[in-house]
Amino acid sequence: MTTPAAGWLTGSLARAHPLTASARSITFTVPGWPGNDAGQHVDVRLTSSDGYQAVRSYSIASAGPGGEIELGIDRLPDGEVSPFLVDDLALGDTVELRGPLGGWFVWRPEQTQPVQLIAGGSGVVPFIAMTRTHASVCSSAPMQLLYSLRTPNDAFFRDELSQPSATARTTWHYTRTVPPGWSRSAGRLTAEDLKSKTLPPEQAPLTYVCGPTGFVETVSRALTSLGHAPDTIRTERFGGT
Amino acid sequence: MDHLDGNVLAGPTADLFLFEPTTTQGQCQSCADIAMLGQAMVYGQPMGFVARCRNCDNVLIVIIERAGQKSLSMRGLRWLRVADRAMNDRI
Repeated sequence: MTTPAAGWLTGSLARAHPLTASARSITFTVPGWPGNDAGQHVDVRLTSSDGYQAVRSYSIASAGPGGEIELGIDRLPDGEVSPFLVDDLALGDTVELRGPLGGWFVWRPEQTQPVQLIAGGSGVVPFIAMTRTHASVCSSAPMQLLYSLRTPNDAFFRDELSQPSATARTTWHYTRTVPPGWSRSAGRLTAEDLKSKTLPPEQAPLTYVCGPTGFVETVSRALTSLGHAPDTIRTERFGGT
Repeated sequence: MDHLDGNVLAGPTADLFLFEPTTTQGQCQSCADIAMLGQAMVYGQPMGFVARCRNCDNVLIVIIERAGQKSLSMRGLRWLRVADRAMNDRI
């Protein structure tokens, strides 16, 4: 377990690029960052000129040792923090960071059992850290990702997930608009989809589900109904602010 | 109101506990369910954090952060099982 550094650290924005029309990858240089496990998160604290502070938790897209962390942030229209991080934070600007945090929604290289990852929207971010780690340690544990999106334009890290060297296969699913020639029509993930596109209970997988609360509720309930034991399903929900 | 997972407690409790809370097992006072705190349902901002049992909805833990102080109530937990520190620092 990578334990958090004491207190708040200062992160300076080192690199940034758009992920979609509403989302951005931001990489911070963080002196004192002890490295992190795949799936851990970080608390980001902003302080305004009048002293008002806002703290939000974000999953980390990067993993391993080193003094840099990459986040993938989606702009929430009514958000207090995400619009600033997506639209306004400039290279060299600083934020306060607390972490790395969490040890439950984590995948470690020594894990050998099959792994099914299920992402809704920007919930893919911790899975980017897991698939990167899976590739970098040449893990022999089977790992695959089911990625549910509104439209093809909403994909985070599509090139990275699609490249031939990716060791975890990605199955794409669309809820609002499908690409031309797509075999399934647009619609929310159903128990039937999960049955045909995820590892079955017989393979005793560990299943990680990350996305908005409603998505996680629906998917984890369907997985249980397909015969997965509740303790083999790990969830990470994110709220609407 | 949407709830989150116990995972989110890791930050607010970082300076309260020496152990990693989200991978710590506890038992619900009300229904005797045993789970990792990371599996609890957490209702977050703006007042603080309320962690409820995933099984029966009983309030397990309340954390209030205000004016530079934290108040912690663990009224709904029968016990917590904390791994020795050497086991916790695996990496």
